[in-house]
Amino acid sequence: MIRFLGRRAFELVVVFVGVTFIIYVMVFTLPGDPIAALGGDRPLPEAVQEQLRAQYHLDEPVWLQYLRYVGGLFVGDLGTGFDGRAVGDRMAARWPVTITLALTAWAIEVVVGVVLGLVTGLRSGGFVDRTVLVGTILATSIPVFVLGVTAQLVFGLQLGWFPIAGTSAGWPSAYLLPAIVIALFGLASVTRLMRGSVVDTMRSDFVRTLTAKGMPRRNIVGVHVMRNSVAPVLTFLAIDLGYLLGGTVVIEAIFNLPGIGQLLFDAIKTHEGPTVVGVATALILIFLATSVLVDLVNSLLDPRIRHE
Amino acid sequence: MTTPVLSARDLAVAFSVGGEEIAAVHRVDFDLHAGEVLAIVGESGSGKSVTSLAVLGLLPRNATVTGSIVADGTELVGASERTFASIRGDRIAMIFQDPSNALDPVFTIGYQIQEMLRRHDPKQSREDRRARAIELLAMVELPEPEERLDSFPHQLSGGQAQRVMIAMALACDPEVLIADEPTTALDVTVQREILDVLRRMRERTSAAILLITHDMGVVADIADRVVVMRRGRVEETADVRSLFSAPRAEYTRALLAAVPRIGAEARVSTADGAERPVLEIEDLVVEYRNRRRRHIRAVEGVSLAIRAGEMVALVGESGSGKSTIGKSVLGLAPVEEGRIVVDGVELGNASREAIRTVKKRIGVVFQNPTAALDPRRTIGQSIGEPVRVHDGVKGRALAARVTELLEAVELPASWSGRYPHELSGGQRQRVAIARAVALDPLLLIADEPTSALDVSVQATVLDLLRRLQERFRFACLFISHDLAVVDALCDRVVVLHRGSIVEEGERRRVLTDPEHEYTRRLLAAAPVPDPDEQARRRAEALAG
Repeated sequence: MIRFLGRRAFELVVVFVGVTFIIYVMVFTLPGDPIAALGGDRPLPEAVQEQLRAQYHLDEPVWLQYLRYVGGLFVGDLGTGFDGRAVGDRMAARWPVTITLALTAWAIEVVVGVVLGLVTGLRSGGFVDRTVLVGTILATSIPVFVLGVTAQLVFGLQLGWFPIAGTSAGWPSAYLLPAIVIALFGLASVTRLMRGSVVDTMRSDFVRTLTAKGMPRRNIVGVHVMRNSVAPVLTFLAIDLGYLLGGTVVIEAIFNLPGIGQLLFDAIKTHEGPTVVGVATALILIFLATSVLVDLVNSLLDPRIRHE
Repeated sequence: MTTPVLSARDLAVAFSVGGEEIAAVHRVDFDLHAGEVLAIVGESGSGKSVTSLAVLGLLPRNATVTGSIVADGTELVGASERTFASIRGDRIAMIFQDPSNALDPVFTIGYQIQEMLRRHDPKQSREDRRARAIELLAMVELPEPEERLDSFPHQLSGGQAQRVMIAMALACDPEVLIADEPTTALDVTVQREILDVLRRMRERTSAAILLITHDMGVVADIADRVVVMRRGRVEETADVRSLFSAPRAEYTRALLAAVPRIGAEARVSTADGAERPVLEIEDLVVEYRNRRRRHIRAVEGVSLAIRAGEMVALVGESGSGKSTIGKSVLGLAPVEEGRIVVDGVELGNASREAIRTVKKRIGVVFQNPTAALDPRRTIGQSIGEPVRVHDGVKGRALAARVTELLEAVELPASWSGRYPHELSGGQRQRVAIARAVALDPLLLIADEPTSALDVSVQATVLDLLRRLQERFRFACLFISHDLAVVDALCDRVVVLHRGSIVEEGERRRVLTDPEHEYTRRLLAAAPVPDPDEQARRRAEALAG
């Protein structure tokens, strides 16, 4: 177990360094000069530009800038944006909105997806199964912005159940509608993964043994089939949590939620390297942390992974 | 006579597939009495497993069961889930063929035994349940039963897992134990142990055993009475002695005749002693690495040679390295040390071109013909592929070659357009053999080619292999766990144990007068299809 965690920790460091460096280099080699663009239509004097470049260390080679940046990370300094505000502060203001949105969506995926998957898996080929199958295909084939705007129109304007924009109504009502919209895509995948997994497990020899032992179906499904079926679903859910946290740009724009997605989008537009890298790095950390967590949970659920 | 603990009358099972009713079992009758072992034997498709699953209502939903199955006064055909729930595990328990998959992989075996105890006796205390679980594991002679409670199924060998299954089945003192091919997935020495456990269990409890098997040796070893089934019908019901000494049904006679026995008559070998060997293996060492980077030696310094026209058997149990040696010759195993020379070309050392040329002349047949044939290609395409790829033969010439090969394996030439799923298992294996001999091989590697087949089919495939060898005069490395099959086919026998050769020699000498202890154990463990002989062997084992 300790060996397993050690190996995972090592992998985590390698991925972290690799990915942050790639993003750093990519942002800083984007075409266009962010300092020159700061002045807008009236170019800044050459001397001022030089001075700003020196201040943001943009005149140094990329690898040195990167080392400086990583060094700052260790003391909790995520760098400074061109407006002079610390990137850390700017992110801190935005994270709660995105995290609330993502976790709400994720919870919907977990609960609804696992339940639907279980029900359809146990009755594969039946009416419910087919209906849900059609539903999942539909959900995955409609683009998020179409769903978002339609949901705003129907549930926000016509029915008036939810606010259509902003976070002033608080959780849950301000977050529920956008969360459902972004959850739908992942929900479809969770349902179908879970369904397939349950169908496979139900066919396995040990389920037949359990029946022959006289175990009640409730116990077989609830204890044995569930625990044997969730592993692939968990792996997907972890990846999806990362996606939900980083991929909410469109939905944040539609519902006008001041989250991390909007911050990232604005930062990319203005070539604000430290902000882009900061947000991306945070997302990667979340991503890595969830994947380690999933491995841990999976190894707790399945002794074969633990004893490998 | 006492009332039977389980009896079936006019039992019929049909499956509805795509709106069509397919009958699997017709009008089966049998009685099982307390303390008795009743064997249902038959080949694949005979309906023996379906019959046993019908007893506990374990058939899939598209099955319709009619007739009557009565267990201790309770009618089980059409019984409610509630009735079944009170009977399953409590009065009738069941064990299955593949013990490694029959246990839930994510729970400890202690949990799985105790959940069953809790289910059938909720009032029992936790400590009592634990004590009972340990007692059960001790009863099936699992070493260190207390420690074993915390083991997971993947930490057990196949034989140990089957012991756990038996322990679990016995947990609630059932009146009937249904054993569906309980030893088929196990090595012969382990099979012997499991049969011993079942035998002693029967002596200790009064439980009756309904044994489903295809193996006449197992029947002779443990059964009291036998029901012979074929295509869903009962061909014959008899007590075990009269079944083997005076079989009444034509089918039983044919089945018994098809079972290979050690002691085949002398044959003229097609081997030619003067030639240089086609295959020479010298000091072969093969090592696998597991995920923890530990080295596992699968083959440890094996040397052997096969001449043209000679058939050499590699025999051993699982993990003996017999298949790995075959794979090494094909370049599919990590050879660590040693030399493999085929037709004078050293595979590890020669030029790429030379190796390619010689590999063309190595044919291979695997155990499972269904997996070895591409389901989306016609059998003609599969057989013709090596000819097309290696010799560039096309069009009419290719078709003629395919026809010739199909005829060589005694299949109609008109079948070349058929797909593998349209063929039976034995026919598919013939196709795989035709493909293996398509390029006139110098060497044929046959890895358990008949193990997945029924005995009657096995006999014809073995005949075919022998005739093909007489015709093509290839050297053959025949990998098998079945000593009787080896006796029927091979010239020399090499016995492997844990990666090393323990004994080798002329077929008759090794199989009738073995020198090594392990060979003797293997021979003694394989049950022979003769109840008197089996009884004699058991008495001997007890005395010695």
